[in-house]
Amino acid sequence: MIDVSKIRQQFPVYQKYPDIRFFDSAASSFTHQSVIDAMTNYMAFNGTNVHRGVYHLAAEATNAYENARNLVAEFINAKSDAVVFTKSTTHSINMAAKSLEHLFNPGDEIVISELEHHSNLLPWLELAKKMAVHVKFIPLKEGMITIENFKSVLSVKTRLVVTHHISNVMGYITPINEMIKLAHDVGALVFLDAAQSILHVKTDVSDLDVDMLAFSGHKSYGPNGIGVLYIKPKLMLQIPPAEFGGEMVDQVGIDKSTWKSGAYKFESGTPPIAEAIGLGKALEFISSVGIENIYAHEISLRNYCIEKLKDETGITIYNLKGETSIISFNINEVHPHDTASFLDQYGVAVRAGHHCNQLTMKYLKQDATVRASIAIYNSIEDCDVLIKAILETRDFFHNL
Amino acid sequence: MDLKTLYRSVIMDHYKNPKNKGLINDESYLTVHLNNPTCGDDLVVQLLMNDHKIIDLKQQGKGCSICCASASIASELLKDKDIVEAKKIIQTFYDMLTGEHNIDKTILEDAIAFEGVGQFPARIKCATLAWKAYEKGLNPLEGEHHNE
Repeated sequence: MIDVSKIRQQFPVYQKYPDIRFFDSAASSFTHQSVIDAMTNYMAFNGTNVHRGVYHLAAEATNAYENARNLVAEFINAKSDAVVFTKSTTHSINMAAKSLEHLFNPGDEIVISELEHHSNLLPWLELAKKMAVHVKFIPLKEGMITIENFKSVLSVKTRLVVTHHISNVMGYITPINEMIKLAHDVGALVFLDAAQSILHVKTDVSDLDVDMLAFSGHKSYGPNGIGVLYIKPKLMLQIPPAEFGGEMVDQVGIDKSTWKSGAYKFESGTPPIAEAIGLGKALEFISSVGIENIYAHEISLRNYCIEKLKDETGITIYNLKGETSIISFNINEVHPHDTASFLDQYGVAVRAGHHCNQLTMKYLKQDATVRASIAIYNSIEDCDVLIKAILETRDFFHNL
Repeated sequence: MDLKTLYRSVIMDHYKNPKNKGLINDESYLTVHLNNPTCGDDLVVQLLMNDHKIIDLKQQGKGCSICCASASIASELLKDKDIVEAKKIIQTFYDMLTGEHNIDKTILEDAIAFEGVGQFPARIKCATLAWKAYEKGLNPLEGEHHNE
């Protein structure tokens, strides 16, 4: 059972905005106090680079940074040297696409879906264009990926399966366990976008046997500017780095250079040190509460909102069967930006737009939708205000 | 001004009953297409010019009520204006939204209703999209079939 008032004491944004009803954590979540403290501590009392200096301060910075890597590894049940720090999920995916490029031959296929966020779509479409690879889209069933439909596009030609774990618009959980097994059966690799799932459902890369996975700090109660790219150790040996520069190199030669091993091969230049330390703290916080408890809290609030809204006229909910914290809806005949501006008058913060997901919007036959996403610090009172704001906004527009 | 007052005013009237809506298949009209990829507002405007004067305007698009109403109001206001007058009106509209004081708002006529949008900074782009499209149309070098 989550005690929201205690949780809120750990998020300083509530000291300044005690009445905010924040339903946009799927875009960026609030930052936990321990994250701010750890980052401030590093920036105020250290600020040196990692893996370079031999003096005491540099060793301390390196320890803090590598400790963050260990915390990430523990969180996703990976080996530490399989965890690459990047600047964002998008950065992770672009790096992955670049590094995987040479594994493709013309005529190979990538299996993907229209539910992907642009960041998990465009790098792969660009790769496909460059390498003359075909892209096959998994037919959706009521906005969901089903194993049956996945099988219909999977073949021995499939070299890579790209999927999200939780859709950022629909909030459905993709059946990744079975998909990964099926993909491996045909010899395909699997890339998993865990940006929306990492703080809602348990992610165990070893158990999943996934080949690559990405997520970021700013949707996980941590800072922005930090992302993670997990690469299966065996795959790490087979793929080149995506970026080149300081620290990732072993021996430099004019004709040929060699790279460091493990995660270091993929981290060029000075990494986001404070941000990595912050992410480590955020994941510690999530673990301390328990991801199952967070999920139970979020889903109970979601169900509460859905129960109150589903029979109301003039409101369309696009993901009634959703299993996670995301509610996608529109007030009929009202543009989502108008809706969002009205909700803002109640202190309710939601996302309105295409959610960086234009293909899903086309699938829904909408230009845009409103998305309310629930997180650990949301309360039943937040939900009541959200519901009241939606209904009063509907009444205002429909009675004009 | 609260949001409801803003919407109840002329904005919803123009949103529901847009003026000069619908495009014309006539090459003597200059066509400008502008969109805001972040929110999905997407607008096409057409201008018919004669001797530095705007003879006719058309507009069509999809977007929020502030964007669409703004396109409608601007199309009425800019009709029969010469280029210098039209540019002055457009600049005055921008200045009003950013809170400039030393401006002659009276030349904006009904478009004064949008003054309240300035209090909602996230919506200023919605209100100005159409005006930017008309402005581009007034500059032939930048105008034709321009995407942004």
